[in-house]
Amino acid sequence: MNFLKQDKTYASVLMALAAVTLIIPFCNLITSADSPLHFSAYSVSLIGKYLCFALLGLSLDMVWGYAGILVLGQGAFFALGGYAMGMYLMRQIGTRGVYGNPELPDFMVFLNWSELPWYWYGFENFGFAMLMVFLAPGILAFVFGWLAFRSRVTGVYLSIITQALTYALLLAFFRNEMGFGGNNGLTDFKDILGFNIQSEAVRSMMLLLTGSSLIGALLLCRWIVGSKLGRVVTAIRDQESRVRFLGYRVELFKLWVFVFAAMLAGLAGALYVPQVGIINPSEFSPLNSLEIVIWVAVGGRGTLYGAIIGAVLVNYAKTVLTGLMPDAWLFCLGGAFILVTLLLPDGIVGLLHRRIKPNLTLNASGEQPA
Amino acid sequence: MMITANITQESGASLPLDGEVDTRHGPILYLEDVSVSFDGFRALNHLSLYIDDGELRCLIGPNGAGKTTLMDVITGKTRPDTGEVFFGQTIDLLKMDEPAIAQAGICRKFQKPSVFDALTVFENLELALKTDKRTWPTLFSKLNGEQCERIQEVMLLIGLAGLKNQLAGILSHGQKQWLEIGMLLMQEPKVMLVDEPIAGMTHQEVERTAELLLSLQGRHSIVVVEHDMEFVRSIARKVTVLHEGSVLTEGSMDEVQNDPRVIQVYLGG
Ligand SMILES: Nc1ncnc2c1ncn2[C@@H]1O[C@H](COP(=O)(O)OP(=O)(O)OP(=O)(O)O)[C@@H](O)[C@H]1O
Ligand SMILES: [Mg+2]
Repeated sequence: MNFLKQDKTYASVLMALAAVTLIIPFCNLITSADSPLHFSAYSVSLIGKYLCFALLGLSLDMVWGYAGILVLGQGAFFALGGYAMGMYLMRQIGTRGVYGNPELPDFMVFLNWSELPWYWYGFENFGFAMLMVFLAPGILAFVFGWLAFRSRVTGVYLSIITQALTYALLLAFFRNEMGFGGNNGLTDFKDILGFNIQSEAVRSMMLLLTGSSLIGALLLCRWIVGSKLGRVVTAIRDQESRVRFLGYRVELFKLWVFVFAAMLAGLAGALYVPQVGIINPSEFSPLNSLEIVIWVAVGGRGTLYGAIIGAVLVNYAKTVLTGLMPDAWLFCLGGAFILVTLLLPDGIVGLLHRRIKPNLTLNASGEQPA
Repeated sequence: MMITANITQESGASLPLDGEVDTRHGPILYLEDVSVSFDGFRALNHLSLYIDDGELRCLIGPNGAGKTTLMDVITGKTRPDTGEVFFGQTIDLLKMDEPAIAQAGICRKFQKPSVFDALTVFENLELALKTDKRTWPTLFSKLNGEQCERIQEVMLLIGLAGLKNQLAGILSHGQKQWLEIGMLLMQEPKVMLVDEPIAGMTHQEVERTAELLLSLQGRHSIVVVEHDMEFVRSIARKVTVLHEGSVLTEGSMDEVQNDPRVIQVYLGG
């Protein structure tokens, strides 16, 4: 926990997260709906959504900021985690669907399917579904990363094939025959673990869960980048081939971080779906993955909390701006990216640090062994 | 200044275990009839070279003679078109990749000093430390007292103890060279390949480098590439002259310096 003393921004970000995570659900628990201290269901879910995006941004910063792998398909892992959660929620609907089929979700009945496809087995079990939240993105990342890193695909080429990966999944999940609800995706969820998913208590619980997951993930990521593995990964980012001559299997270290980040993104997706009430193939859209890169760049790459700040600020701006001028959002986003790249290479966090401590380096691993 | 390199190395004279370097019959490195071409240009041309266990060998030759390429071949960076490269009697280096060769005990200092600028001096040495280099053990790795002492020792040896927590990026060229030599020591290699170690060093630093290399011979087999003849003379036992990708001649410094072919190559080249 030395890093909290070394870098005050860590402490501030953690405190802010803890405050949001605890105060909002607490206020809603003790106040009635007409109290001024009461947060509306809309704002609770909106804040929960921002925190999911923050977790997603954090996952990209691990793999891009520290391992130097510019993944342009991080959204694919988020969507897979979301689908795993969505499948559990679909199975919870039971006979309450339009067709009242106890086994099959509505869209399967609609397609005249007579039985559940094998890959839907087990998703009625919450524990199994949670396992899949991590395994589905994890396994995809493992296979993809194994092939890519072993054949030493790097740089722009790797970025492009990650983008192609998420695009391929987008097309696949659009197809009705895939059995994931086609372009409508999975929706009309009723309850989670027996509790009404629309209820205020569940919304508050989800916010609490998302916030604590984000805090836990931030601490875990900080521990990882402060470990020797973190230093190896930083070394790989800066001089990949040199690290091989020290005896490290570079491809395995990249794979480790890539899979870890994919699982974190999957968790973010799983927390996101109950709060927005739907998961559909648009989550695989390449544009979504590009947006994640912009969050991290705006916040400040390679600092972890920068990704969180960036994700929350950019998405807040998105909420405000799409309300004011829906068509202008993409231009604003693109403009923000260009401005940050040209003027703030270290993002908002870099700007803060430059004002507080002029000589702070990007290498945030302040504490020394021995 | 006295150099005391406490590089511990178990000298097992018994039968080598499976996968260990078998040097009972002489050389620790064999290169036989090795050729490498880049787009038709022969950087190494039917080169054969043998390095004995514990020997300190100097490799000289004009620019473009193939000295660095030779090190690339030994460390797995470049695959030769033909030829054999063995580590001891039994280990075929051509079947191994860079990390496997490094773990087997052949380590290298690059011609252009390549330390990790974003890490501190201490962290650079820590990464080089000979230990379990798989992912999970690396994640949970914690330095024990002995390992910390060892890093401390090497920092003293390379004169960077006062700069322990400095980022390597701000070191001078000579200090980076030393740091990389330190990283080499941390790996406790059997064979050290040292490409142009004294470029950018002050006269005093050059002398210390010579002392250090001399103190290491015997426990490590060392191949040094250097252009500075005075430096080579100060450390060399046996010198190999490379020219246009093959060995021109071998012998003591005096022998090779008086060899008319060598004089021809250096004056004519
Ligand atoms: N990757 C490569 N692609 C093409 N040509 C190469 C490559 N590596 C080396 N060469 C060429 O091979 C020849 C030998 O290069 P090498 O670096 O081994 O020389 P050297 O003896 O180390 O020279 P120096 O003393 O300048 O370091 C040079 O002519 C060089 O241009
Ligand atoms: Mg060279």
